[in-house]
Amino acid sequence: MEAEAVDAGIKGIAAIGAGLSAIGAGIGIGLIGGKALEAMARQPEQSGMIQTNMFITAALVEGVALFGCVIALMQGS
Amino acid sequence: MKINNHILKSVLISLLVLVANTNIFAENHSEEKSEKSKYNPVPKIMHHIQNSHEWHLFDYKDSKGKLHPVSIPLPVILYTNGNLDVFMSSDFNHGNSEVQKEDRIYSIDSHGQIIEQKGATIFDFSITKNVASMLISVLLILFLLMSTANGYKKNKYAPKKIQAFLEPLILFVRDDIIKANIGPKYERYTSFLLTVFFFILINNYMGLLPGAANVTGNISVTLVLAVFTFIITTISANKNYWKHIFNPPTPLVLMPIMVPIEIFGVFTKPFALMVRLFANITAGHITILSLISLIFIAQSGSGNGAAFGVAPLSVLFVLFIYLIELLVAFLQAYIFTLLSAVFIGLAVKEDH
Repeated sequence: MEAEAVDAGIKGIAAIGAGLSAIGAGIGIGLIGGKALEAMARQPEQSGMIQTNMFITAALVEGVALFGCVIALMQGS
Repeated sequence: MKINNHILKSVLISLLVLVANTNIFAENHSEEKSEKSKYNPVPKIMHHIQNSHEWHLFDYKDSKGKLHPVSIPLPVILYTNGNLDVFMSSDFNHGNSEVQKEDRIYSIDSHGQIIEQKGATIFDFSITKNVASMLISVLLILFLLMSTANGYKKNKYAPKKIQAFLEPLILFVRDDIIKANIGPKYERYTSFLLTVFFFILINNYMGLLPGAANVTGNISVTLVLAVFTFIITTISANKNYWKHIFNPPTPLVLMPIMVPIEIFGVFTKPFALMVRLFANITAGHITILSLISLIFIAQSGSGNGAAFGVAPLSVLFVLFIYLIELLVAFLQAYIFTLLSAVFIGLAVKEDH
């Protein structure tokens, strides 16, 4: 009984951990997107380059957030 | 008349969409339905994501309600204690039987791994689902790229068909990723980087098909790709690279911090490459599978009516996530190739 409760507790905390890393990803990518839109509004002729760099940076930030996800997955199962 | 046709078409299409959303075949396959146990999607999802020794296609229920899994058996090649055992995975009978070869008894444990009864170390060279899928995708890549290459021999003027489709992509990778990041000596690395790009791209897209194997979402596959990048950067690194790692141009006070960080960085960069690709692809698959499982959870929780109600919503969400996954598949291939090119460029950079 004790072991099951601890197990369920660990899974619950793992889920919370995954959610926290999602907050990080959301804030990071939101900032990137916001700055990219501002830059595109200032200089519409550079939109292509700005968009490319936005995707690259978003993928890098998401990579870090997914580190957290992976750890949560490993602990949760 | 034209307006009526248009309305008729819209009505028919919406009816079709409505009918297509009623998942008649989306049935809950649990046998212990007596106490309405909540459907647990985790084992099914894990089964779809993990590698296995047989290619599971679907389950069908016979007239008595018993579940029969239908799968393609794949060869199992094991090397134990100097003995090579080759047999088909159908001998395992979906995990129900053991296979005995001379004095070795093999069985599949709950994680899908093959274990031997006496605990001997097994070297597993089997053609698993991922290996078979990789062989298929390699054939596909060879076909696509060799058709593109052959196009240069035949069409001296405008490119056609596959060549017209792939050539801008190849040139984009070569000019914007490889040439831009590596500099003058880029030609030595084009073969590796283009191979990596197309391998990851085609395997990402194939993994999105139903019934496909999750190749790039397997950490062993991404580990090997990252190790290749690591080996190539280390082998082609010139003296400037090592000088920057072991003797960075920083004040002496900061050296004890900088040098361990730089050495650590040599390993964390490929490690991040590995985890980024693995986590992105696997997370995408898990999301899609979980949203489909919502239908089954609704059915086991509130009955078939709720399942019919949840189905259109679930399918719409899944469609949305699928579109995102198509973008992510291309983006992850692009990012992996870009970062590999950046690391190689850092390694071969001449001093300014």
